[in-house]
Amino acid sequence: MSYLVLSDVRKQFGEFVAVESFNLSAERGEFVSFLGPSGCGKTTTLRMIAGFEQPTAGSIVLDGVDITQRPPNRRNVGMVFQSYALFPNMTVGDNVGFGLKVRKRPADQIRKRVGELLELMNLPDKVNRYPYQLSGGQQQRVALARALAFEPQVLLLDEPLSALDAKIRVALRQEIRAIQRQLGITTVYVTHDQEEALSLSDRVVVMSEGRMEQVGTPFEIYNFPSTAFVASFVGTLNVLPGVVTDAARGELTINGQPVRLAQAFEGKVGRDVSVALRPEMVSLGDARDGQNRLTGKVTDVSFLGSIVRMRIALGDGGATVLLDSFNEPTLTLPQLGDTVTINFPQDGPLVLDAKAPVESVEALIAEA
Amino acid sequence: MTQGRSSAPFGPLGVMRNWLRSAPSTAPRQRRSGASHVVSWVILILAILYFFVPLLATFLHSIKPRPNDIPDPTLAYRQVLADEGFFIGLGYSFLAGIITIIISLLIIVPTAYWVRLKVPRLRPVVEFVTLMPFVVPPVVFVFGLIRTYGGPPFGLLSTNAGSDFVLVAAYVILSFPYMYRAVDTGLAAIDVRTLTEASQSLGASWTRILLRVIFPNLRTAILSGAFLTLAIVVGEYTIATYLARNQAFGPYLSLLGRSAPYTPAVVTLISFALTWIAMGMIALLGRGGRQGVQVAGAR
Repeated sequence: MSYLVLSDVRKQFGEFVAVESFNLSAERGEFVSFLGPSGCGKTTTLRMIAGFEQPTAGSIVLDGVDITQRPPNRRNVGMVFQSYALFPNMTVGDNVGFGLKVRKRPADQIRKRVGELLELMNLPDKVNRYPYQLSGGQQQRVALARALAFEPQVLLLDEPLSALDAKIRVALRQEIRAIQRQLGITTVYVTHDQEEALSLSDRVVVMSEGRMEQVGTPFEIYNFPSTAFVASFVGTLNVLPGVVTDAARGELTINGQPVRLAQAFEGKVGRDVSVALRPEMVSLGDARDGQNRLTGKVTDVSFLGSIVRMRIALGDGGATVLLDSFNEPTLTLPQLGDTVTINFPQDGPLVLDAKAPVESVEALIAEA
Repeated sequence: MTQGRSSAPFGPLGVMRNWLRSAPSTAPRQRRSGASHVVSWVILILAILYFFVPLLATFLHSIKPRPNDIPDPTLAYRQVLADEGFFIGLGYSFLAGIITIIISLLIIVPTAYWVRLKVPRLRPVVEFVTLMPFVVPPVVFVFGLIRTYGGPPFGLLSTNAGSDFVLVAAYVILSFPYMYRAVDTGLAAIDVRTLTEASQSLGASWTRILLRVIFPNLRTAILSGAFLTLAIVVGEYTIATYLARNQAFGPYLSLLGRSAPYTPAVVTLISFALTWIAMGMIALLGRGGRQGVQVAGAR
């Protein structure tokens, strides 16, 4: 049986359904992220695991024990907050040792454990400092140490890196992952940052409007999105309007130009569909055997550090394809207005939803 | 009315701080015209005169030699300090003030905390209720208490202990506007909800959260409310006259004024000094926090 099991969890605030039919089974030591835009219900779900919100329906079972009705202080669940939530009146040592003191552990045991955790967080010399004397990154490390000190069964992190600047965020997320692996603690992480979720997690739960859109490994989520929302929310995506010509043979047209997919899909002839295509799947130049080719005009070229992103308007400009190319010194860039040929493999595009074609990535995100 | 971090500080020190902040600034962005500078300084000087001239006059009156007497500026002071009634009145009022503060804190802190945490929509209602002492005149209030608790079935005013009990209860209500605002402003300055949830996730009970997390983080706000309450109680006259059997400091001061010409000035100055010492203590004790002085918990 899984270590943390959420079964048919639902949360309603008055008429508003914040979380609906949430089912998740996390194994011991697994790192699971809830990923989605603001208001998708990810934090509400986390708060239900912590006990701060009571589910309207469903159950939460931890290590075989139903904790749905337990108050938060009796769940043995550690939590790290976005705003650190360190006690301003206590030193770092007292903050970290608070949970142990509550559990009436002997003073020498508390001191030893606090020392160990501060060592783990690279803050051994900060034991007598007050929170306001620390930087944001240090404060969040202390918050993590405090949440781990009493050896909780599950560690919950609610957007813990959102308040930090970019460099510290990347460094700290690597530390969090390393510590989580070292301690083998089951972890649930809430974020709206796809990079964070993909780089940290064993599994990612993508959520939208209170529903689970997809659960899978970062590889599955990125490469095989199961819904239009997941495809658009995770990574950069071209969403192109297509018309079915022979679904059984995987054939359609994009802006009047024929495209063949590696796999058959569903859809009657002449039906409008949305076709997802990652920018990194697209290359400049003529197609090799068996690959798809489209022609269009270059409308923009932008440098994104290691990557150069080009925007190609197909045909009359009804569809635009983004194309990513590695920024190599030998790279020959087309000029704005040049007519170019682009190519992509047959297993590159993905028909998202034959029933509800979507005009653009922006529209998809706006819908979310 | 003070609400939230950005609101005006509460209490006399807060008013003064705001007032001084609005004094002329030399910052280039805020440079004002010469006329504006003059007006500001004139207002400041007038305000200082308005406040300090009566104090100075009272002091001069207190050291004025009596007719046909040996000139001795300390005579009135020595008379006051030799009077047993002065210490009895002051002691009685201080004790009543301390008990009032303890009871008021035990009522206000959990209430204000719970309202902020669980029922924030009730805040305006609670604020209104705590303002009642400003709405109901003290004489009406005290007669209400006498009529309600003086006779059967309570009969509390027939004994000294009963009278003291009613007096302290009345003072507790009188302290609500000061204490509630101080505590509420203090609560606004800390993230009550997240700190509470953090404590809960670490296994803390409600009692522990209140005693170990909320109360310590409201230290300055509580001190501010407490000293304001003490100052109000020590100088209170109307309620004490009817319920304190002339033992309290306010009625003592009044009686003294009727019988002696110089000593009331001394007592007035002493009571002023005590109030200012109380205010100074707020500043001193608040200095232990991370941002120095915090009046009414406003950080």
